[in-house]
Parts: sequence; C-alpha cells; structure tokens
Amino acid sequence: MFGIGMAYMGMLILLPMAALAIRTAQLSPQEFRRVLTSAETIAAFKVSFGQAFLAALFNTIVGLPVAWTLARYKFPGRKFLELWIDLPFALPTAVAGIAICGLYSPRGWIGACLEPLGVKVAYSVNGIFVALVFVGIPFVIRTLQPIIENLDTAEEEAAACLGASRFYTFRRVILPSLRPAILTGFSMAFARGLGEYGSVIFIAGNIPGESEILPLRIVHALESYDYDGAAILATAMLLVSFIMLAAINALQRKRP
Amino acid sequence: MKHTPTSISEPTWARRLLIAFAFLHVALLIMLPFASVIAQACADGMSTFQTVFRSSDTRHAIKLTLLIALCAVPLNVVIGICLAWGVTHLKLPGKRLIMAVLDLPFSVSPVVVGLLFILLLGKNSPCGAWLEAHGCKIIFAFPGLLLATLFVTMPFVAKELIPLMEGHSRDEEDAARLLGAGWLRIFWKITLPEIKWGLLYGTILCTARAMGEFGAVAVVSGNIRGRTNTLPLHVEALFQDGELSAASAAASLLALLGLVSLAARTITDIRKRKGRTPVLPTQHH
Amino acid sequence: MKTRLLATIPLLLVFLVSCSDSTDKTPTLLNVSYDPTRELYKEINQAFAAQYGQPVHLEQSHGGSGKQARAVIDGLEADVVTLALGYDIDILSTQAKLLPADWQERLPEHSTPYYSTVVFLVRKGNPKGIHDWGDLVKEGVEVITPNPKTSGGARWNYLAAWAWADRQFNHDEANVIDYMKQLFRHVPVLDTGARGATLTFAQRAKGDVLLAWENEALLALRDYPKEEFEIVCPSISILAEPSVAIVDANVEKHGTQQLAKDYLDFLYTPAAQAICAKHFYRASRPQTIDASLLVPFKELTLVNIRDEFGGWAKAHAKHFASDALFDQIMKR
Repeated sequence: MFGIGMAYMGMLILLPMAALAIRTAQLSPQEFRRVLTSAETIAAFKVSFGQAFLAALFNTIVGLPVAWTLARYKFPGRKFLELWIDLPFALPTAVAGIAICGLYSPRGWIGACLEPLGVKVAYSVNGIFVALVFVGIPFVIRTLQPIIENLDTAEEEAAACLGASRFYTFRRVILPSLRPAILTGFSMAFARGLGEYGSVIFIAGNIPGESEILPLRIVHALESYDYDGAAILATAMLLVSFIMLAAINALQRKRP
Repeated sequence: MKHTPTSISEPTWARRLLIAFAFLHVALLIMLPFASVIAQACADGMSTFQTVFRSSDTRHAIKLTLLIALCAVPLNVVIGICLAWGVTHLKLPGKRLIMAVLDLPFSVSPVVVGLLFILLLGKNSPCGAWLEAHGCKIIFAFPGLLLATLFVTMPFVAKELIPLMEGHSRDEEDAARLLGAGWLRIFWKITLPEIKWGLLYGTILCTARAMGEFGAVAVVSGNIRGRTNTLPLHVEALFQDGELSAASAAASLLALLGLVSLAARTITDIRKRKGRTPVLPTQHH
Repeated sequence: MKTRLLATIPLLLVFLVSCSDSTDKTPTLLNVSYDPTRELYKEINQAFAAQYGQPVHLEQSHGGSGKQARAVIDGLEADVVTLALGYDIDILSTQAKLLPADWQERLPEHSTPYYSTVVFLVRKGNPKGIHDWGDLVKEGVEVITPNPKTSGGARWNYLAAWAWADRQFNHDEANVIDYMKQLFRHVPVLDTGARGATLTFAQRAKGDVLLAWENEALLALRDYPKEEFEIVCPSISILAEPSVAIVDANVEKHGTQQLAKDYLDFLYTPAAQAICAKHFYRASRPQTIDASLLVPFKELTLVNIRDEFGGWAKAHAKHFASDALFDQIMKR
C-alpha cells in the first residue's frame, strides 16, 4: 500500500521534475548566461526575493501577536476570527488579485484614501508587497498557534515566581521556544510568496526591471516561444528557493 | 482552553490591546478584500448574478471544477493515508527525503508546475508525442487539468496525518495484531478513529485548494470556454472580457465556497477537542 | 480492499469523462482566438450555425495571442486560428509545421476579414492636450498600453508609435529609439492583455491616455457611458491586421477540412462582415454591407506591416525577439 503511495508520488511529482532537469541539462552554458545575466532577470530576482522576504517578515511580526491572542485568550468572536484567517489560503489567487486590485486602485476604498497622501500601492512594487502579505497570512499564524497552545506554562510560572517581568519572560523564555516555529512559518510564507503569480499580476505594474516578478518572466518566456529560457528560469528559481529553505531548516535545528 | 493564572498572563490592558489588534488585522487584511469582491459584484445590481449563473459557460465551469475536485480529492486522500501510514509505521531509509518531496508542491511556483507538465507531456516532448500517436489527449484536456490539480493538492492529507499518526501510541495496534486482527480491520477499527478529525480536516483543505487552483491549471488548460475552463479560469476570462462585475460575481461564488469549507473546518475543529494539529503542513522533525 | 476500490472511483470517472467526449457525433470546430474577440465570435458562431445546413458545435478559446499560439503548438487542437497578428500564425508553420508557410495567401485580403487601427483614448475634455504621438512623452502624461511581449494588440501599438517616430526623425534610428524609450518611461503599468489595459484605464482610473485598437476604444465609449472618454486620432497610425487560418494538421486529424473552410469563408460574407462592423471592426469588404451599418470611421493615414516593416518575421526579429529592440528600450 505504501508502495502504491510512493509510486504515485514519484510519478506525479518527481517525473515532471525530471523532465525539467533533463530539458535544462541539455542547454549550453551560453544559453544560461544569456538568460540569467540579463538586467531584467536580475531585477526580477531582486523584486521577487525582496518582496517575498519583506512580506514574510511583515507577516511574522504581525502574525505573532495575532497567533498569541488566538491561542491564549478566550474572547467572544474568537472562532469567527479563526474562520477568516485561512481564507487567503482557500481563496483562488486570481480572485485575491482582483479583490486587492479593486481595493487599492486609485478608485478603490483604500486607494482613494492613499492617493491624496501620495502613497502608491496599486501598479507599483508596493502592490506586490500587499498581495504577498495577503497570501502569506495563514502560514505564520497557523504554524505558531498550535505551538503556543501546547507551550508548557511551567517555565513561565517559574520565571514569574523568580520575579521576572512579563515582558522579560516573553523575551527570554517564550520567544526562544517559539523560534523554530517562527522560522518555519516565515520560510513557508516566503516560499509561497516567491512563487505567487495569480494575485500579483493583477496589482503589480508588471514593468520589466521594476515591478516584474520571476514567475511572470517565466510566462513571458513561454509566450514568446522561449522554452529554454523558461526552463532555465524555473530551474534557477527552484534551486535558489531550495537553498534558502535548506538554510532555514538548518538554522531551525540549531537549538539556542 | 485552560485557565491561566494571572502571574503568567498579560495585564488586562495588554490583552484588550492584543485582541483589538487581532480583530483589526483580520478586518483590514482579509475581510476588506473579501467585501470588496462582493461589492464589485453587486455594483451593477443583482441581475449580474442571474446573467452570470445562467450562462452555459459558467455552469460548465462550475461542473468542471466540481468534477476535478471530486476526482482529485478521493485519490489524494487515499494516497495521503498510504503515505502517512508508510512514513510512520515502516522503518525506512530516507524518511527525511520523502518529507522534503512532500513539501515540494508548496514551494514550487504554480506557473512552474504547469511548465513541468507541458515539458513532460506536451506535444513536443517524447512522452507527449507517444501519447498523441496513441490518441491520448492529456494537456489541454481534462486529464491535464486533473494532473496539475493533483500535483498542487497532494501533500495536504499526508502532511496533516503524519504528526497525528506519529503522536499516538502503537500499543493498541500491536495488541490487535497479536490477537489476530487483519491489517484492514486494525486500520478500520483502531487507526482510523484516531485520525478521523485530522483526516477530515486535511480533506477539507485539499478540496478548497483543488477548487481554487489557478496558476498551474491556467498553463495546461487551453482556455476553451465550455470545455476546459475551470471556475477560477472563468473568472479571469470574464475579467479579460472587461466584465468586471460578472467576474466579481463568479469570484464571490468561489470566495463563498472557500468560506463554507472553512466553516466546515471550524466545526470539525470544535468537535476535535483533543489537542490541535498544525493547520498548515509544517516542517517535520 | 476498500482502499483499492476507492481508488478506482476517480479512474472510472476519468474514463467516463473521456468517453463522453467521443460519443458526441456532431462535427465540432475549435476556434482559437485572441482576447477581445469573444463577443465578436459568439455572434459570428451563432450566425454561422444558423445558416449552416447541418448541426455544428462551435467552440471558442481566448487568451493572449502569443499564449494561444503556444498552446496550439503544444497540442491544443485548434481547427482554425484567428489571432491578433500574422506572426503568431507564422510560428505555427515554422515551429510546428501545422500549416504551410504560404497560409496568408490562401484567403482573400491577406487572410484578414476585418481589421482595425490604433487610436488614443483620453479622458473627457482631453485635459492633457494629447493630439499626436509626440504629446505622449510630455511631462506628467501617463500612457497605458499592454506589454508587447504578451499581447499581440500591443505589438501593433508599439509599431504604430515607431512608424510615427520614424517619419518624425527622418529615419534616424537613434532618435527613434530615444523616443520609444521616453514613451515607455511614461508607461506605469504593462498589463498582459489588451482588455486588462482597458480595465486599468477605464475602471481603475489609471493613466491619461490608453493606446487601444479602434474597436476597443469605441467599445469602451459604449460600455462606460458615465466615464466620459473621448477618442483622439493621431496623424499616422498602423493598419492592424488580425489574421485567420485553417490549421491543416488538425483539420485532417478531425476530418473537419470542409467545415473549417466554410467557417473562414463565412467571415467574408456580407452577414459576417456586418457583424464585424457592429463590433466596431473595419470590414475588409465594406462595399458588401448596408452603409447604414457602418460606423463612421475617421479617415487616417495608415501604414502597413509589409511595406513599413518588411513583414512580421523581420519585425519580430528586429523588435520583439529576446534581447531585441523592445528589451533594449525597456532597460532603465
């Protein structure tokens, strides 16, 4: 039975990966250089990784207190909040894109307020950030919440008995034990943000070299019949995100 | 929720502040976009909904989306159980590797998933050419849509079950085996009740994702209206037609479907009192 | 063996679905087209089915022109393609040998049953005073156009601007490129498709001028009566020729040669030409339709792709290929 499962997983996931690897391995180094050293590709790498990183960071910082609240406090409407937290996850990305774009465009509810202040969100790099924050929300909160719930309170009590302030306890006792979960949540939000396509294209300006993300460059390559370029970009993206995830994984295992 | 003594809790003002913050966070970042879709859909009055859901293209898109979910979810549930059982019960080398592979569909961009299948099964690949010669259409037809959906939804059940199966003691199963119960009976009577809620929960997430997948499906669909357009693709098609309110109406159906599946989740959550499991697949140790 | 039984259910379903396709004996024709032609072909399909002697099932697929061509190469079995530019059909011939290289001469008017041109859509009263291509690069003007890499329509926009600049600067290419660089520096959003750009301009209220096909601009005037736009015709523009062709390899496989031929021939009949005119396209045979149906199009100086740019193959290599002029122009 397990064999069936493994075979299925191999067929479904590894076989397509192998197709990509074979395709990429056949290409010449010049081809790699052509695709990877172009200014737009480098800029797209920067935009994609930069915005995904910032959005994941934002989600981590903001998500921690929310996860804490949901896990530790009992208040009316808690279940209601819980229901919504997962929505970005269940919402199709195209729908998210249309929704966020409608909200932040010069005529949208939020966009109309920001316009006079000179803050541009829709059709700029900030739009990418907003979209990535939206899709990344559940990853951090949902990773942290169960860990906080299962946290052993004995250490906190001990700290309190020894006269530590609540803030000090949080910083020295709680935070270190949450560190692996925080890193996991961060890395998942980051990985998700990196690959996100559907919601971003609606709200980013998609200007090459400025607000164009990597997945969009892959689509561009595909649509101008440049399969080699698309395969190289896809491989590069996969490799870099693996390295980052592995690094975070290693960081996680190193106990403080 | 256990009662926490004040010595290890925050002062009241801080608790109130945090609760307010959580409400604000959800309202601003999640509910507002949701509301804006509904508002856009209603901008031209309720008749938009009628015209959209009466059109045969929309109906077909809904049917196709449900059919894909109906095929993909049971398959992934069964496979997910097999994988989770194998990973937790067998002594295997390379368990970490399997877990890493299970994480792949999360970290691969959906666009890349589509590209992978085109490279593997497209007409210009050896595999695709062979299938083509034998009259088998995969890409730009239902099987291609199904494959892409299977890929992105594969890990949900397995990743939900592994921590659960690992957590519970295997004494009962061992005892049953000694008493001569068959494996199917053991699974049915002992393992399944233990993982029931986790399984249901993984299934719900898997369903929500299967119905909502966009990027991967877009690449392998071919966008034939009334044949290979799923509901999320139909939303985009309506958007490209310039019918923003119609697109929003179809989108609100998807958003509501998402909300309903989440409500189902909350209900399972309430019933599953014993400890929570990570909602989203977490890195495994 | 409960699990195995369960596993066969989806397989059965897949089987059923694939069967249901083949049991239907009505001849089916798949028309793979570009983005903004959905309403047009919806109506043409109805008209065609109504006058065709036997029941037919007509299917439409729409998307960015380049994306659609790629899908056909990768196995989307289009019987006919009706794309935004000839180059996307050329590709089907050169890269996948799906149809002969001389496809464009198999049907009248270079296989272009309807055409259009590129005009400016500005906000009511033309507050930024935009009258010609030169005004687009004035201080503070925001220009909305889709990305020529993904949108066929946008390639015509780009070439129209180029044709103007080429005359303006006496064929001095350095100056022309400089103008194009300035022009695209005024573009805040590059949507992937023509409709996306129209929405950005009309619905999202972004930008001062939209470079659009005439039919799209007229459609926007009709669809957004409250928004108050007006159309500005530049001194020179390009003859935008969307092309149609039969995909020989696929019709042979489906046995739909005759149906596909009848379908494309139908596009040149007065009935279909009238539908094209109704959707604000310029009909290629205006003399065959009732003059009252014709939208009063402005007379414009139009250049065409063959005489001005030496055909699509050349234009693509020079402007739109990887690292060609468009990529240079977008470099900041």
